Amino acid sequence: MSLNFILFLIFAFIAATSAVLMITRKSAIIAALFLILNFAALSGLYLTLNAQFIAVVQVIVYAGAIMVLFLFVIMLLRPSDEQSIFDDNPKLKWLATFVGVLVFAQILAIIFIGRPSDGLTPDLQRSIEVGTIEAIGRELYTTYLIPFQSAAFLLLAATIGALILAKKKLED
Amino acid sequence: MSIWLQILISLVQILFTASIILVTVAYLVYFERKISAWAQNRIGPNRVGPYGLLQPFADVLKLFFKEDIVPHAANKPIHTLAPILALVIALSTFAVIPIGPPIYIFDLKIPLVVADVNMGILYILALTSVGVYAITFSGWSSGSKYSLLGGIRSSAQMISYEISMGFSIAGVLIFSESLRPMEIVNSQAGFMWNAFVQPIGFITFVVAAFAETNRLPFDLPEAEPELVGGYHTEYSSMKFAAFFLAEYANMIIAAGLIVTLYLGGWQIPYIENLGLSYTLTTSLQILGFFVKMAAVLFFIIWVRWSLPRFRYDQLMNIGWKVMFPLSLLNLIWVAILVMLMN
Repeated sequence: MSLNFILFLIFAFIAATSAVLMITRKSAIIAALFLILNFAALSGLYLTLNAQFIAVVQVIVYAGAIMVLFLFVIMLLRPSDEQSIFDDNPKLKWLATFVGVLVFAQILAIIFIGRPSDGLTPDLQRSIEVGTIEAIGRELYTTYLIPFQSAAFLLLAATIGALILAKKKLED
Repeated sequence: MSIWLQILISLVQILFTASIILVTVAYLVYFERKISAWAQNRIGPNRVGPYGLLQPFADVLKLFFKEDIVPHAANKPIHTLAPILALVIALSTFAVIPIGPPIYIFDLKIPLVVADVNMGILYILALTSVGVYAITFSGWSSGSKYSLLGGIRSSAQMISYEISMGFSIAGVLIFSESLRPMEIVNSQAGFMWNAFVQPIGFITFVVAAFAETNRLPFDLPEAEPELVGGYHTEYSSMKFAAFFLAEYANMIIAAGLIVTLYLGGWQIPYIENLGLSYTLTTSLQILGFFVKMAAVLFFIIWVRWSLPRFRYDQLMNIGWKVMFPLSLLNLIWVAILVMLMN
């Protein structure tokens, strides 16, 4: 067993366990905590795949920014626990089960029918080296310049929109 | 080089770095008290050992023997996790800061940095963004209003100042064309220190570093008169000590970062022209790093005992309306400079 494989097993175990624990916890804060652990383990998995940039961005954006926002909302609004949501609307449970089964079936289909690792052409093999920051930067600012700039523009518009919406509420 | 030798070298480096930080923290607390005493025309600690030099050990022993109190309303697992998280993050950030040029032992090249990775700066940014959790969780899990308010204040402050910190670092990165701390140091050879090349970025980074480490004049999270201490109000004994250690370790890391990014790291300008032997040059450079770091640490303590605390709205105004535009201005300045130089 290579070192890479051992690391993969450790991170995969943490990721899978924390994902299950995240769903089964009653308290929203504890669930969020396990989600953060899950993100950290995923970032470790990316590192074993040589995708350093995505690994670090995973931590900075998801664990460091988005989950902090989630936690703030949970802490300040103190949402009622899961049980009362389902008591108010019993049909929601069936919808949730349906969506869950559907997504799980999709993942199974990709793993067993799609077999993404079979079609590993030399071209794809080379793309493993794309994970470094230099390669990503070069691609973003040459080949994908226009999509990249449009995404940036969209984000700017969304930021301004959020600011205006927040201000409006204060004045009313 | 076999994998076991590599692991052994890494373990020795980790042990070495961690012990340096812990010893420095102990004496940093001592010097903080001494400097504050000088600033206020007092004598300071002078009872334990000669000149009070054994005071840090007495303090640690005292904290060990104190009773560990967990409030009734607290969430016990998270209440315990938060200080550990704070300390772990503080200690692991130093892993990418180089303290000297690579040294050679028996033809074996050993870099004087625990992890010489090519995304070192991003690693630091990732850890500082995760560091918010230690404070948020300690505030929430204590089950006390003061702690929660302190925790939320602190998280908001750290998130706000992370932005101007990130933009100041971007200026350095444009100049050095690398995310590897070792190469950032190499790019500042001679007097091309980033503090001289991009002074605005230097100032915004230092201010952001003060805010990130929760030091005065930005120590809102532990404003004693309003919050009875802030996020660590409900902590005692070694758990409190862990927060205390983490705070001072963060100060050391901030100083190390300021030196690495802006003050030329371990470089001493034009030392290679003096014709000294290799060993002497390397030792002087390592010494140079620690001297620069000590100077920055002294500055941080000096500011604490000279300036009053900001009000919360002033803090946010400075962060978003002054520091953020200034760091953008710096970015434009660096971009123009790099264009003219090419």
